[in-house]
Amino acid sequence: MSLRIIVTVKHVPDATGDRRFAEDTTSDRDSVDGLLSELDEYAVEQALQISEAHGDTEVTVLTIGPDDARDALRKALSMGADKAVHVSDDAIHGTDAIGTSLILAKAVEHTGFDLVISGMASTDGTMGVVPALLAERLGVPQLTLLADVTVEGAAVRGRRDSDAGSEHLEARLPAVVSVTDQSGEARYPSFKGIMAAKKKPVTQLDLGDLGIEPELVGLGGAWTAVDQVTPRPARVAGTIVLDEGEGGKQLAAFLSTQKFI
Amino acid sequence: MSEILVLVDHADGTVRKPALELLTLARRLGTPSAVLLGAGDATAAIAAKLGGYGAEKVYWASDSEFGDYLVVPKVEALEQVARRTSPAAILVTSSAEGKEIAARLALRLGSGVITDAVDVEAGASGPVATQSAFAATFTVRSTVTHGTPVITVKPNATGPEPAPAAGTPEEIAVTFSDAARGTKVTSRAARQTSSRPDLTEAAIVVSGGRGVGSAESFGVIEALADSLGAAVGASRAAVDAGWYPHSNQVGQTGKTVSPQLYIANGISGAIQHRAGMQTSKTIVAVNKDSEAPIFDLVDFGVVGDLFEVVPRLTAEVRAHRG
Repeated sequence: MSLRIIVTVKHVPDATGDRRFAEDTTSDRDSVDGLLSELDEYAVEQALQISEAHGDTEVTVLTIGPDDARDALRKALSMGADKAVHVSDDAIHGTDAIGTSLILAKAVEHTGFDLVISGMASTDGTMGVVPALLAERLGVPQLTLLADVTVEGAAVRGRRDSDAGSEHLEARLPAVVSVTDQSGEARYPSFKGIMAAKKKPVTQLDLGDLGIEPELVGLGGAWTAVDQVTPRPARVAGTIVLDEGEGGKQLAAFLSTQKFI
Repeated sequence: MSEILVLVDHADGTVRKPALELLTLARRLGTPSAVLLGAGDATAAIAAKLGGYGAEKVYWASDSEFGDYLVVPKVEALEQVARRTSPAAILVTSSAEGKEIAARLALRLGSGVITDAVDVEAGASGPVATQSAFAATFTVRSTVTHGTPVITVKPNATGPEPAPAAGTPEEIAVTFSDAARGTKVTSRAARQTSSRPDLTEAAIVVSGGRGVGSAESFGVIEALADSLGAAVGASRAAVDAGWYPHSNQVGQTGKTVSPQLYIANGISGAIQHRAGMQTSKTIVAVNKDSEAPIFDLVDFGVVGDLFEVVPRLTAEVRAHRG
């Protein structure tokens, strides 16, 4: 049986850069270079591993975002994904998690899927709720935050580690999975992979193609509003001492003045 | 006063501290009602405790679905309570599961959802949530503009304050859809119990990083933690090296902590780590490298060998505490 996997990925501002908000309180994508969210690389990796184990699998990477989001698709294609879908539309700017899940659900249905794999969260928004929302929209089981995942016939299984302990999960395909950074190191694109990626198909879609009313997404369609954004005041420079035998004692004295001991 | 629903986080038959914090916050917004799911025999005892922290009502159900299937049964129970009671807001603990429950609930109710709030106050048009963004370099204040506000709140957003209330238990009959039984939990292994406080709830966190050098050497970190009654954390480098469990990882892909005191040992302070601890009230660090970025964050730092400094500190703490 042919298996259709869709990996949702996000092009995010580099977390090591000086990230900030734009005037309309959306994430400023111009001030910092973007890249494929590191946490999504784990999702691409798991899709490729399932594809290798299962055979007869097609891995599609899907992203929503402006033109430069193509870079994220290109990276995933060079890792080994077969094709890409890029949803882009001016009306999408400022879309919240609820709206994002709507666009993803329509694009996933439009493309056709047996399994969706996402990262555990984006490295910019960090909510970690889009996979659960996508499962809700699609009306399929969610197996989220998995540290390992396997597909066997029509069954998908995985281990979810949480505060309470470890849970083993099982559901029938179609399903939505998200994987954590514990699922296994992502591969680096090979030179051959990078060259091959240039010839892989990227399908361009807009909201009209997906039958989504523009009013439902974007800043105007968001069900939450950011009222105020304030840079956190820089921490006041602290005291730094060089340990010359008394460092531990000096630290204890500081903790004592702060009433911790 | 309008009703505020609070989903109760509980484990091993006891209520977890973040649930009491949510009740404390909920009192700022209206009259708290708790929703207690899957607590079994502990339901009555937990309900009494919730009453002690301001819950007027405790809606409860103990169907086996809550334990047998992932996330969705709790969404359906909350949805049914919310449709019946029309609350002014719904508060959920910002755990991985809590955020997923909140998001799916919000979508079903046609409501906006805000996650990872570090504070919630009453505002002119509903609750105002405060969040940290971009590795805590920004503070963001947001409101829900559509539907019943659903907000997840991080542990330690406030201290739990007792406030006697009725705590009247009211059993709810939950109807589960097929979707609720979509993802089966086939087995569950409880986390190894530790005598140390929970990482996200602890008032003091002592962490070790690459500089600790080995799994065995984490004993030095644990000894300091135990002298202070603290939780133990680890940087991603230490976890990736296999020196300490992932459940103790502090940082973007691990836990976000906001304790009164954070002690970073042998941790350089990469953005990945800072994202998980930057909102700690007081930060101290011990590191060999005087250029380590962690020193930009500290209230007090020691440049030196942690194997010299930390044992000395531990001895001083023990002496102080007698």
